[in-house]
Amino acid sequence: MKARALALMVALFAVPAMGAASAVDERLAAYRAAGAGPFSAEAGERLWQREVVRAVDGGARSCTTCHGRDLRRAGRHAKTGKPIEPLSPAVNAERLGSVKKIRKWFRRNCKWTWGRECTAQEKGDLLSFIRSR
Amino acid sequence: MNTKIWVGINVLIIALGLVVVSGVVISDDDEHEGERYWHPSRLDVAPVDNAFYREECGACHFAYQPGWLPARSWQRLMGGLEDHFGENAELDAADVRRLTEYLTANAADRSNYKRSRGMVRSLYNDQVPLRISGTRYFKRKHHELPARMVRDNPEVRSFSNCDLCHTRAAQGSYNEHQVKVPGFAGWDD
Repeated sequence: MKARALALMVALFAVPAMGAASAVDERLAAYRAAGAGPFSAEAGERLWQREVVRAVDGGARSCTTCHGRDLRRAGRHAKTGKPIEPLSPAVNAERLGSVKKIRKWFRRNCKWTWGRECTAQEKGDLLSFIRSR
Repeated sequence: MNTKIWVGINVLIIALGLVVVSGVVISDDDEHEGERYWHPSRLDVAPVDNAFYREECGACHFAYQPGWLPARSWQRLMGGLEDHFGENAELDAADVRRLTEYLTANAADRSNYKRSRGMVRSLYNDQVPLRISGTRYFKRKHHELPARMVRDNPEVRSFSNCDLCHTRAAQGSYNEHQVKVPGFAGWDD
């Protein structure tokens, strides 16, 4: 009787926690459906620091250019200098909470940084990395 | 005769007083903000009143008020977000439409605010400026500023960063007496 009550309580508390992770989980499920996976935060970190040199002006860009290496710290927009709130969900509760925003920023930033859209595998690895910080 | 004149003068004074008072009352109405009739607006451009615009278009830079450029400029900008001054600012088509509607409805050529009218007057009809700071109107207002205060100033770096010097830019006020150039106290001596 007590064990069942305890199990019920744990399940109830788990539901809101699942809600918070659902945007990332939805995306990972979508990437898996596209044939990607498994995903790893270590691979994501390597991608995070991967630099692409622009032929047009020789400038190098990576995710760290604006967001930095330490996701718990604020970044800066490379051109406008505008401060960018930390990307780590542990420090900034607004991060990774919206599927729409994840899609928007991947679309823009992969193109700006690497000159192309990220693959499903890369996005999964990157999300795993960001979520782990 | 004297009484009549005296009454007449009093009526005139009261009538004028009522007209002036009603003018002040009307001028305090937000709906008439910007109309240059009794009380010209204290603001230079209509402030941004669209939270979606402020969030989307203020994420990377200052949320420029739509009243700074004519509708045709906003149309062109919003049609080329994949190369937005060298950045990728792509959005879903529905969001692009929504923002374009807000921008064009509040553009300089649809506004009565002082600087909107000034900007429009300074442009030929076939000019479609994309960069506010590249317009003749803007340059004329800023031409006395040396490079060391803006471009070579690490705390400012660009004329595009309006709110770094114009302390009330976000409210739509660009009054030069409210300007503080970072690192240059007493800049306007």
